Amino acid sequence: MTARVASARRPRTIRRPASVGVSVPKIEGRDKVTGRALYVDDLAVPGVLHGRTVRSIVPRGRIRRIVLDPGFDWSGVVVADHRDIPGKNACAHIEEDQPLLAADEIRHADEPIVLVAHQDPERAEAAVRAVHVEVEPLEPVLTIEDALAKKALLYGDDNVFKEIRIARGELAAGFAAADVVVEGTYRCGHQEQLYIENNGMIAERTADGGLLVRGSLQCPYYVHHALMVAFGLPADKVRVVQTVTGGGFGGKEDYPSMIGGHAALLAWKSGRPVKIVYDRLEDIAATTKRHPALMRVRAGVKRDGTLTAWDMDIVMDGGAYVTLSPVVLSRGALHAGGPYRCPNVAIHARVVATNTPPNGAFRGFGAPQTQFAAECHMDRIAGALGMDPLALRRRNAYRIGDVTPTGHVLRESVGAHEALERTAKRADFAAKRRRFARANAAAAEAERAGRRAGAGVSGLAPGARARGASSGGAGRGSSGGRRLRRGIGLALGWHGAGFTGSGEVRLASTAALDLTADGRPRVLSANTEIGQGALTVFAQMVAERLGVPPAFVEINASDTGQVPNSGPTVASRTTMVVGGLLEQCASGMRERLELFAERPLADAADFRRVARRFLRERGPLRIERRYQKPPEISWDDAAYRGDAYGVYSYAAIAVEVEVDLDTGEVTVLGATTAQEIGRAIHPVLCAGQIEGGTLQGLGYALLEEVRWKDGRIWNHQLTNYIIPTSMDAPPIHVEIVEIPYSHGPFGAKGVGELPMDVPAPAVVAAIAHATGVRVDEIPVTPERLLAALARGGAR
Amino acid sequence: MRSALSTLEVATPRDLAHALRLLHDSLATERLVPLAGGTDLLVYLNAGQQVGRRFLNLWGLRELRGIREARGGVTLGALTTFTMIREHPLVRRCLPALAAAAAVIGAWQVQNRATIAGNIANGSPAGDSLPVLLAHEAVVHARSMRGGRDIPFGTLYRGYRDLVLEPDELITAVTVPFPPARAFPFFRKVGTRRAQSISKVVLCGLVRVARGGEVDLARVALGSVAPVTLRARRAERALLGARPSATATAAARAALMEDIAPIDDIRSDAAYRRAVAGNVLEQFLRAADARFTMG
Ligand SMILES: Cc1cc2nc3c(=O)[nH]c(=O)nc-3n(C[C@H](O)[C@H](O)[C@H](O)COP(=O)(O)OP(=O)(O)OC[C@H]3O[C@@H](n4cnc5c(N)ncnc54)[C@H](O)[C@@H]3O)c2cc1C
Repeated sequence: MTARVASARRPRTIRRPASVGVSVPKIEGRDKVTGRALYVDDLAVPGVLHGRTVRSIVPRGRIRRIVLDPGFDWSGVVVADHRDIPGKNACAHIEEDQPLLAADEIRHADEPIVLVAHQDPERAEAAVRAVHVEVEPLEPVLTIEDALAKKALLYGDDNVFKEIRIARGELAAGFAAADVVVEGTYRCGHQEQLYIENNGMIAERTADGGLLVRGSLQCPYYVHHALMVAFGLPADKVRVVQTVTGGGFGGKEDYPSMIGGHAALLAWKSGRPVKIVYDRLEDIAATTKRHPALMRVRAGVKRDGTLTAWDMDIVMDGGAYVTLSPVVLSRGALHAGGPYRCPNVAIHARVVATNTPPNGAFRGFGAPQTQFAAECHMDRIAGALGMDPLALRRRNAYRIGDVTPTGHVLRESVGAHEALERTAKRADFAAKRRRFARANAAAAEAERAGRRAGAGVSGLAPGARARGASSGGAGRGSSGGRRLRRGIGLALGWHGAGFTGSGEVRLASTAALDLTADGRPRVLSANTEIGQGALTVFAQMVAERLGVPPAFVEINASDTGQVPNSGPTVASRTTMVVGGLLEQCASGMRERLELFAERPLADAADFRRVARRFLRERGPLRIERRYQKPPEISWDDAAYRGDAYGVYSYAAIAVEVEVDLDTGEVTVLGATTAQEIGRAIHPVLCAGQIEGGTLQGLGYALLEEVRWKDGRIWNHQLTNYIIPTSMDAPPIHVEIVEIPYSHGPFGAKGVGELPMDVPAPAVVAAIAHATGVRVDEIPVTPERLLAALARGGAR
Repeated sequence: MRSALSTLEVATPRDLAHALRLLHDSLATERLVPLAGGTDLLVYLNAGQQVGRRFLNLWGLRELRGIREARGGVTLGALTTFTMIREHPLVRRCLPALAAAAAVIGAWQVQNRATIAGNIANGSPAGDSLPVLLAHEAVVHARSMRGGRDIPFGTLYRGYRDLVLEPDELITAVTVPFPPARAFPFFRKVGTRRAQSISKVVLCGLVRVARGGEVDLARVALGSVAPVTLRARRAERALLGARPSATATAAARAALMEDIAPIDDIRSDAAYRRAVAGNVLEQFLRAADARFTMG
C-alpha cells in the first residue's frame, strides 16, 4: 500500500521522529496472519453451554403465550425469559427503554423473547424450534412516512425520539438575497456493517457473585454499564474483557450489551459458562444498521455561486427503541450543511420510531447521510447555475475564520481547500470531465448511426476469446455491442473528531500508563483494537515521547477489571482524544523518571534500567490523565450553539464510473481522494482506513440495500446482501494532507469515519455526468438507475 | 451451521457401478442425495434447509471427471469443474460461450469445486451454465443400474427445480455440440456485482445470417426470467427468415416479452428483468451484426 503524505504547512524545524509518522508493523498483525489470534468463537471454555435466541417473526404484536413443545426432550436445556432477569429488564444505553427480552409487547421483527442453552449446540438449535411463541399481531409502522403520519403511535405523542433545530442568520433574508433557489429531496437506505466476525460473547458467574463477560466488542464500559443495570450488580462485580475482534464499524458499539446480557442471563440461571455466537443470518437479521434518512434541502445562491441560504429538513428512521439515535441524529444535523460557509441556515432534524430493529452506530454516525444530501445538492446547484462543480465548491468551502451554523469559529487546521485542490489535480478532474463528455457524445452519435465499432460481420471467427470480465461476454469485439458511458464526479466533506458537543466533557475519559515488573511502559486504556490499528498508534505515540521503539511499549488488554474508563472506541476519537491522554501520560512518565535519575533517558535499555531502579526504590509508577477541555471550546446543549467539535477533518474525492445503459450497471473505474487529517501517526494505517472507508462508501452508493419482507430483513445472507468484492474494488489513489491541530497529539485529528462521508455523492455526480440522469436515492441499484434512465436523460 | 451435522451420513463409493448400487439400494429406506462439489448443498445445510440426511459422495469418482472431444462437440464428465471448463483450450476456442459462463460462476474458489452436473441437477433457473447448454442443444447422459439414457437438455426440466431424472439415476456426463458453422455465439450474465454473484438475467444466443442475407439460425436461451431456464421460441421465430434490421430487432424483442415470465424476488424485480432481457437481446443482435440497429 502506498500513501502519499503531503504536509501543507510543515513546521520549519524538521526533526525526523523515531516512531510517529512511521509505518511500523502492526502490533497484533503477526498473530492474526498466523492464526494465533483467538477470536471469541475460538475460545474453549470447559463446561460451556451454547446459547441460542428465540426471536419474534412479526414486527409488532402482543405476546399471548409461550409454549415449550411437550414432545421435545428438554433435559439439559436451560431456558430463560424476562422473568429471570435479576435487575431491570433493559439493555441500557442512553435510555433504558429497550428490554433485554420482550416481556409482553413486540416492537420489531427478530426481537429476542426467550433464550435457550445446551452443551450440545445442535440440541440448543433444536430447542429454539421447540419454543412456540403465540403472538397477536398488530399493525406495524415500517417507514419514515408512516411514522410521521402516526399510522400507529409507538413513542410519545408523535413517534419522534429526538428533534434538533440549528439556526444561524435570517433564512428569509438569505433567500431574498439569492438569485436562484434550488430544491431537492434525497434518501438513503439501511446499511449493514458486515464486520467479518459476527457478534459473539462468553459469560460466566464469578466466585465472588459477579459476572465475567468476554467477547467481540468496541466499548467494554458500555457493556459493563448495561450488565450492572440488568443484574443489579455494583461496578466491581462486573468485569468485561474484549477478545480479539474481527471488525466493528460501529456495529459492536451497542449490540454487545444485548448479546452480552443474554449470555450473562443464561450463565446466571445455569451457573455454567455460556457462549453465544451469532451466525451470519442471525447477525444481519437482528443487529443494528445505519439509519435510513429522508432529507429535503432548499438552498439560495447568487449567480456567482455564493451560498446565501440553506434550509434543510432531515428525518431519520431510528427503529424500535431509542438506543443511540439521538446522538446519531445530532452528528447528522451538525454536518448537514457540509463544509460550506453560509450566513443563513436552518436545519431541522428528527429521528422517528418504527417497528424495525433499532438502527445504531455505523462509521460516520449520521454524517454520511446528511452529507450525501448536502453534496448531491451542491452538484444540483452547480447544474442549475451552469457552473463547474469544482468552482462552486471553491467559492464556498470553509477557510480559517469561517463560522459554522452553530457559531463555531474555525480557528485552525481547516483543510477543505487543500483536500479539494489536491483531489482535483491528482484526478485530472477538469480535463476528464471534458474528455468523457466528448466521448459520450461521440458514442451516442455512433449508436444512432448504427456504427458500432467492431461489429459488421457475423459469425464466430475461430480463436474468438471469451471475455474475462466478470459480467461475462462472449461475442465479437471488445465492447460486445455494449452501450457504455463514462462520468466523473466530485464531493467534499468534513467530519468532527471526538464526541459531539459536551460529550467529551461528560465522558471525562481517563487513560493511564504504568510500569511492568520488568521495567517497560504499559498502556492502560479501555479502547479496543478492531482492526483499525489503535494499539499500534498508541504504542507509537507513547514510544515517541519516551524515546523508545514502539515494540518496547506494552498494551494491557481492554479489561474493565484492569484499565480505567477511557471511553468508547467510536467517533474518530481514539487517536485524537485517548492518544492525546496517553501522550500526556508518557510525557509525565518521562519527566518522573528523568527527575528520579537526575539525567535525560537515552534509549530503551536505559529506560528499562531506570524504570527497574525506580520500581525497586520507589514502588509502582502509574501516570493517569483525565480529559481536559481546551479552554477556547464551549458548547451550549440547550441552544445547540457553540463548538460542536474541537476540530474537523476534511476529505475530497473524485470518482470515475462507467455506466452500462442496457443494464444500469455502474462500474467504478477509479477513485482519487485527498484527506486532511492533521497528522498521520501511521501513514499506512491511515491510508488503510481511507481505502476501506472509500470502498464501504462505494458499496453504500451502489450495492448495499437491505430488503424487507413483511417487516423482516429478507436478504440476510452474504449471497444477497451485496457488498463489493475485490473484483468490484477500483484502484483508490490516496493522498494524506497534514495541517496539524494544536490540541491533537502530534497534531492528529480523526480519520476513522471521514472517508465514509464522500464516496456516495461523488458516485451520484459521476453517474449524472455520464448519463444526464441524477438519482437522488442510494443505493443507485441497476434497477433504480435503469428506471431513471427510462424516465429520461439517457444520451 | 444450522443443520445438525452429527446426524448426517456420507457414503463414499469405490466406482460408478458401486455408486449406482448404493443409490439404488438406498431407495428402500432413505435416499442418498448425490454430493458432488457441495457448493450448493453445503449452503443449504448451513442455512438449516432440509436437503436430506444421507449423502452419496461422488467427488472421488475419476470416471466422471474430465473433458473429451466428441464428434462435433465435447463431452464433459459430470464432475468437471468450472475451472477445468474455463481453462480448457478446446472449450475456449470452440465453445466460447461455455468458457465465458464458467469464468463468471462464483469466483475462483467456487469454480474449483463447482461441477457442471451439480449446476444442472441443482436446477436453479439462475444457473449460469444452463442457458449455454440449452442454446447449444446439449444432451445429458444419465445412468442407473437399469442402464443409461440420453436426455436432450431442452426436455430436462419439468418445472421449477424439477428434473425428469429418476431417483436411482445419476448424471454421468453432458455432451455439448459446437455451434453450427458461422453462427455467432454470445453470452451475457447480468448479476448483482462483478464476482460471487447470482444472475438477475443471463442470456446465451447463437445467430447466423445466411449468404442470402436472412437469418437462418437463431437460438436464444435465458435464465432467471422464468421458473426454468428457457428457449425464447417466439423471439427465435421472429428472427428466423428476417433480414437483420432495427425492425427485426424490435420484433424479436416484442416476441421475447411473450416468452419470458420474470418475477420480483430477493435479487431484482420483474420490470428490471424484462427491460434487461430485451436490452441484452438487442446487445446480442447488434454485436452479431450491425445491421440489426439500422433502418
Ligand atoms: C459462493 C458461491 C457462489 C456461487 N456462484 C454461482 C454462480 O455465479 N452461478 C451459478 O450458476 N451457480 C453458482 N453457485 C452455485 C453452485 O456453485 C453451482 O450450482 C454448482 O455448479 C453446483 O455444483 P456442485 O458440484 O457444487 O453441486 P452440489 O452442491 O454437490 O450438488 C448440487 C445438486 O446437484 C445434485 N447432483 C450433483 N451431482 C449430481 C450428479 N452427478 N447426478 C445427479 N445429481 C447430482 C446434488 O444432489 C444436489 O442436489 C455458487 C455457489 C456458491 C457457494
